[in-house]
Amino acid sequence: MELLVASAIGVMTAGGIYLVLRLRTFPVILGVSLLTYAVNVYLFASGRLTIGAPPILTDGVETYTDPLPQALVLTAIVISFGMTAVVVMIGLGAYLGSEDDHVDDRPATQKADDQA
Amino acid sequence: MSLFYIVLLPFLGALLPGIMNAAGRAACAGVTFVVTLGAFVGLMTNLPAIIAGETVQASIEWLPRLGLNFTLMLDGLGFFFSLLILGIGLLIIAYARHYLSRDDHMGEFFTYLLLFQGAMVGIVLSDNILLLLVFWELTSLSSFLLIGYWKHLPEGRQGARMALTVTGMGGLAMIGGMLILGRIVGSYDLSVILQNRELIQDSPLYLPALILILLGCFTKSAQFPFHFWLPHAMAAPTPVSAYLHSATMVKAGIFLMARLWPVLSGTPEWIVIVTTAGLITMVLGALIALFKHDLKALLAFSTVSHLGLITMLLGTSTAFGAMAAVFHILNHATFKAALFMSAGIVDHEAHTRDIRRLGGLRTLMPVVFTIATVAALSMAGIPFLNGFLSKEMMLEEATHTVLFGSDWLVPVLATVGSLLSAAYCFRFIGHTFLGPVRDDYPHKPHDPNMGMWMPPAILAVLVVVIGTAPFLAEPFVKLVTASLLGAAAEVPDAYLAIWHGLVPALYMSIIAVLGGLLLMLVFAPLLRAWEATPRPEAKAIFDWVVNGAAALAGRVIHGLHNGAFTRYAMIAMVTIVAAGYHAWATGTVGPATRAVQPAGPVPVAGWAMLVAAVIGMVVLHRNRFLALMLIGIVGLMVSVAFVFLSAPDLAMTQFTVEVVTIILMLLALNFLPNRTPVESTLLRRVRDGGVAILGGLAAFALSWHYMLRDAVAAPISEFHLANSYKGGGGTNVVNVILVDFRGFDTYGEIIVLGIAALLIYALTETLLDGPVRRKLLNRLPSQPRSGDMHPMMMVVLTRVIMPVVLLVGFYIFLRGHNEPGGGFIAGLIVSIAVVMQYMASGFAWTSARLRYPYHGVIGAGVLVAGFTGIGSWFVAKPFLTSDFTYVRIPPFQEFELATAALFDLGVFLAVVGAVMLSLESFSRLAHRDGDTDSEFPMDIDPSREEIGPDQPDAPVTGKGVG
Repeated sequence: MELLVASAIGVMTAGGIYLVLRLRTFPVILGVSLLTYAVNVYLFASGRLTIGAPPILTDGVETYTDPLPQALVLTAIVISFGMTAVVVMIGLGAYLGSEDDHVDDRPATQKADDQA
Repeated sequence: MSLFYIVLLPFLGALLPGIMNAAGRAACAGVTFVVTLGAFVGLMTNLPAIIAGETVQASIEWLPRLGLNFTLMLDGLGFFFSLLILGIGLLIIAYARHYLSRDDHMGEFFTYLLLFQGAMVGIVLSDNILLLLVFWELTSLSSFLLIGYWKHLPEGRQGARMALTVTGMGGLAMIGGMLILGRIVGSYDLSVILQNRELIQDSPLYLPALILILLGCFTKSAQFPFHFWLPHAMAAPTPVSAYLHSATMVKAGIFLMARLWPVLSGTPEWIVIVTTAGLITMVLGALIALFKHDLKALLAFSTVSHLGLITMLLGTSTAFGAMAAVFHILNHATFKAALFMSAGIVDHEAHTRDIRRLGGLRTLMPVVFTIATVAALSMAGIPFLNGFLSKEMMLEEATHTVLFGSDWLVPVLATVGSLLSAAYCFRFIGHTFLGPVRDDYPHKPHDPNMGMWMPPAILAVLVVVIGTAPFLAEPFVKLVTASLLGAAAEVPDAYLAIWHGLVPALYMSIIAVLGGLLLMLVFAPLLRAWEATPRPEAKAIFDWVVNGAAALAGRVIHGLHNGAFTRYAMIAMVTIVAAGYHAWATGTVGPATRAVQPAGPVPVAGWAMLVAAVIGMVVLHRNRFLALMLIGIVGLMVSVAFVFLSAPDLAMTQFTVEVVTIILMLLALNFLPNRTPVESTLLRRVRDGGVAILGGLAAFALSWHYMLRDAVAAPISEFHLANSYKGGGGTNVVNVILVDFRGFDTYGEIIVLGIAALLIYALTETLLDGPVRRKLLNRLPSQPRSGDMHPMMMVVLTRVIMPVVLLVGFYIFLRGHNEPGGGFIAGLIVSIAVVMQYMASGFAWTSARLRYPYHGVIGAGVLVAGFTGIGSWFVAKPFLTSDFTYVRIPPFQEFELATAALFDLGVFLAVVGAVMLSLESFSRLAHRDGDTDSEFPMDIDPSREEIGPDQPDAPVTGKGVG
């Protein structure tokens, strides 16, 4: 189980990094989302993995999983939606304003070529 | 009056001139005058205590753990300087009232002036050296505003910038020096520092502290080689020059040297550095002043010269020198302020300050002539005027000072300085006021009204009174000297008198005055020789240094920060991985303490889907729709993993967030290109892939390592599990943590979420107001539109499902405290229900049925949560303390009422508002020209006969969310 989670975190991180290094806004946003998943799962895993012991207090049950990382990750998921939305909006605004969705400032000469 | 009020009054009063500006110039100056007078009177109420030799103190703890307290202290020295600052301040305010023209914004001027005044009073009254530093920097900033007050003049702006640069850098050095000093003594309180002379002077850190502190003092007091900023600050209005350069700003450095004199002076280092700097400044300043044609520049360099004189006196480290310094500070403040004001009057009346265009003003401006002559002769050191007395004392001190093993160096240079000083004073009088009346003044001068000449006249009277009856000033000077010397030395017996017998100082004085007169006789050839001599131009050097530094900084910054985001991201990734590797390689890892848990086929299948989806995204990311679908799979698998790993709340949240995120991305894709073109080279892709794999491996290794080991320190989670039901009244520990244990965090988070949504709304508004609007309106859809964008089946289905979803949301919300659920999840579910209406029935139809704006919903959520928190104040509990009780209303079962549920309601509302506002903003962009807002939910409705699908004017309607 641990191996699956750890490797999933690794795969999502690698995919996220690769997409973040792309040149257009949309793949970069997707890459950031992937990284968000990786980080959230990573934080969640800091409570160690427990199967079948949700932190819902029940009479007669003694073992519960660690609730604290869950609470922290829950808000992180919601906040990351807000963050994604803002980034998408900024990317969209930039594209609509300049008809260009590159994330990098390009050298002035290249821009002049585009306009010519 | 408490010392706090004396310091605070100017700062608080600084608000008034701006308000009073509309009430007229007299009111504006009047209120400033009254504020300063208030502080002045407050200072005077402390006079009896000062005369009795007491030290008045006042203290408020500010940051005691840093040793920074708001501690004020008033002793003789502080009183003396406060008196100069506030007393001359009063005269300057009266003078400025008449000096400033109607075009000048008076409220602004007096606001700056009061800020400056407060900062200066703060410096001289601070008992804590950190507090002193704060005020020190405040004087740099406020003097910047004052010097650059005439913003339309380039000289004003450049002079202000130069003054700020030089004094600001000195201030930085001084911060270092003060921190070292505080470290040596172990306290930042002046009263403690001043008791530890031996400790400080024996410390190996004494020299660095001394040099850093002196850098601060020398820059502020314009000592060589930092003297060059002061003349450029003359671009300021004359009242500012008179105030800053006679009694205040430049005296701050002198004050600090005097304040720390008991602990810093007397060492060979101090004597050599301070005396030499003072001596050079004195001679150099006087020499340059002699050949300046601008009246204010002449006075500026004479100020430099006199500051050098005072510095030199403090440098000699004798009690007599200190007393002479105190006396000269007083005398210099009186005659120099009077001279600046006189020069200002001449400028104001004749419209020029160029001494070559003046002359003969004696008969035209008899009053100003008298005032200026008295003051200038005092500066020249003519008997029966106060300047003579202190200059005599300086020369006396010089004859006893040995520097670099030579006993003639100081007396000779002091005499030369006095000689030059006398010469420029004579030039000031002779070339401005004496000589024949001319007829080519830019403006025919005459004496100004009384408001303008009265302030310098008062000072001129003081000059004469002190000069003829020095015994009147003697007790006060000795009182101040005693407080300056502290325990380090006894106040000398020498008395202030006009006649001390035929002492060497008298002969030196005579040489100086006669030599000065002689220089005037041969001034014309001297000037030609001076102008033929090449001299370094301070401003050019300064500009060269500043421009060089700016160019260097520009190259470094543009090189590092070139706008290539991918490069920053790459550097960040590589750095993080490298840092992590370093930590792993140098740290220790204990053996694994947890067993690996077996994984069944289901988790493996989920894992395979996730990995396949990620790989698919990387390979196929150029097809943006496909990539979006694949990321949906990743999110789904993460949700499933949460279910499996005992985190039902997380699973529900992740799942619902996934839905709204995908909708949001789809909305964005509506405007973006659907494909990403191939741009990067293969090499680049391989490189990025390498970095990505490296990062992935690092993340894998890190998670793998710690998942197999128990936490190093016991987690605090046990506390939450143990107290969730007892203290929070809920069995869902995650929810209790969110709304109770860490409610304050959650409160912050919903506010952040609300801000993010408002930001999106604001960006949308900006886009729709700007040039983009036209583009959006005329945009052609990139893909063919569906003929039936709002199909009947979907409309009916969503309509039917709406109450069911709302019910589910309500249920999830209510049970959240005890079972998986809660405000966050309920909010997301309800948002999805509303979004479905938008998608099915169109934007216009749904908006028309919207009763509350989403901003309001966000605000209501934050307020509900906030008021729930405040509610606990009424039972004298801290913010957000929760309470709960169990009630039973027949025929229902017993149920729980908790304040936490109310808080969760706030969370719910904020989440609904934020999600909906974000999505709504995106869909507003989609509106195109030619779209008609359909008032009907469905495009095709058989029951509606007037508009059918075959009619040409109603084909593609609505600005559907999808």
